[in-house]
Amino acid sequence: MTNSDLNRYKDKAFQVFGICCTFLGLIVLAVFLIDILIKGLGRIDWDFITSLPSRRAMRAGILTAWVGTLWILVLTALIAIPLGVAAGVYLQEYARKSRLSDFLEINIANLAGVPSIIYGLLGLEVFVRQMGLGESLLAGAFTLSLLVLPIIIVTTREAIKAVPGSIRDASLALGASKWQTIWMQILPASAGGIMTGVILSLSRAVGEAAPLIVIGALAYVPFVPESPLDEFTVLPIQIFNWVSRPQEEFLINAASAIIILLFITFLLNGIAVYLRYRQQKKVKW
Amino acid sequence: MSKSYKLAANDVNAWYGDFHAIKGINIALEEKAVTAFIGPSGCGKSTFLRLFNRMNDYIDGFRLEGEILLDQKNIYKKDVRVDELRKEVGMVFQKPNPFPKTIFENVVYGLRIQGVSKKKVLEETVERSLKQAALWEEVKDKLHKSALALSGGQQQRLCIARALAIEPTVLLMDEPASALDPISTTKIEDLIYELKNQYTIVIVTHNMQQAGRVSDHTAFFLSGELVEHSKTKTLFTSPKDKRTQNYITGRFG
Repeated sequence: MTNSDLNRYKDKAFQVFGICCTFLGLIVLAVFLIDILIKGLGRIDWDFITSLPSRRAMRAGILTAWVGTLWILVLTALIAIPLGVAAGVYLQEYARKSRLSDFLEINIANLAGVPSIIYGLLGLEVFVRQMGLGESLLAGAFTLSLLVLPIIIVTTREAIKAVPGSIRDASLALGASKWQTIWMQILPASAGGIMTGVILSLSRAVGEAAPLIVIGALAYVPFVPESPLDEFTVLPIQIFNWVSRPQEEFLINAASAIIILLFITFLLNGIAVYLRYRQQKKVKW
Repeated sequence: MSKSYKLAANDVNAWYGDFHAIKGINIALEEKAVTAFIGPSGCGKSTFLRLFNRMNDYIDGFRLEGEILLDQKNIYKKDVRVDELRKEVGMVFQKPNPFPKTIFENVVYGLRIQGVSKKKVLEETVERSLKQAALWEEVKDKLHKSALALSGGQQQRLCIARALAIEPTVLLMDEPASALDPISTTKIEDLIYELKNQYTIVIVTHNMQQAGRVSDHTAFFLSGELVEHSKTKTLFTSPKDKRTQNYITGRFG
């Protein structure tokens, strides 16, 4: 065998190995999805979606859970988007390079790596106890906002960085203030990228159970929350609760709830992919 | 001195961090004339140009000593408002940089940020500015189409129109034709020739033929210093400094 033959074999071997690695993840996901769909799809009907939880599996529904998830999603977005985008804009456009800005940057990167349950403990102390919000939707939304803030800040900065400096120069040279430049040029040009990051971070927040359990979100809430100060549950907690029960029927319920939760996260991710696609299709600078 | 001077620099030094970019420059630029800044890359001519509308202000570590005068007033004094200054001193950049908006919105941007919203004023400004920039005939039927669909040369003339729309008295041009093809370059040069009746123009260029064609005065920069400044004809035919002569005869740079 010549050397070049050997190199070709190595090349082929690595290709095969790479394909296997790629499919490994996908196969596991597919097996999981199929399993869940077989178990849960039959249980999903209008009643399941619109019923309150119950001790009897066949009567239990996920109304409170998905309404809670929706509440959390909207409240978290309302809190985290303005804070995260404003912080990102400040760090990228206003902050001069200094020891303080370096310090902020490193810490934001660190925050992104903090386990979500730690945020739960923080939320429990600060929002539930100190601020007296109780085990409410608002406390949950604040907690999840902390969780997604670093991601929103980082993606906002990346999106702003991608706007060419020549646009900034052009606006400033025409007498625009920094704020006018940001508001009229930079943010519109980077909105697609920012929204992509925001949505991906929200879809992560929607799947979180741990921090919400810590702050005291309940598994059994027999009413639909009507204000941000009501107690609540969310889909991941409902699922967690059901899978921990011994009865087979509840496992089926859990599978059905997982399908609904996956549907919500896939929908959010789909919107993010679409936004990114539209962004890329825009005329290049 | 019979002519009046629009812009001047007195003992100007500038730094980027530790890098001494502008070294003790004194110069006075005549009103309603074209002055060309020439010199090899990195000689500080663009940095110097950007001092006249304070575009270096936002760069980290930038520092300035000395005075830059516009109509005998120091534009780096504390009470000078940068946005007011930039209404007076327009700028055109090396690469055409239209906003990703319509042609119309590009031209009126400077007015919009001043809070002008009367439709008639905006429309008149668009027509006047585009005519001044010799672009009106080419775009009058597609004012509400995206500016990014224009050719590079058209985009650059749009950027000139955009700068003229806020009625400055000075126009700074940083290698305005270096990214354009020869035909577009000629159009820009013709335009500069037209505009100098109304505006004080300062143009940075790498292209010595261009400096010879469009400018009344030429200043030669080398490593942050102003080597020579005189009438363009004089500078190109009988330079006083040996370094100027070496540069214009192509021996370096």
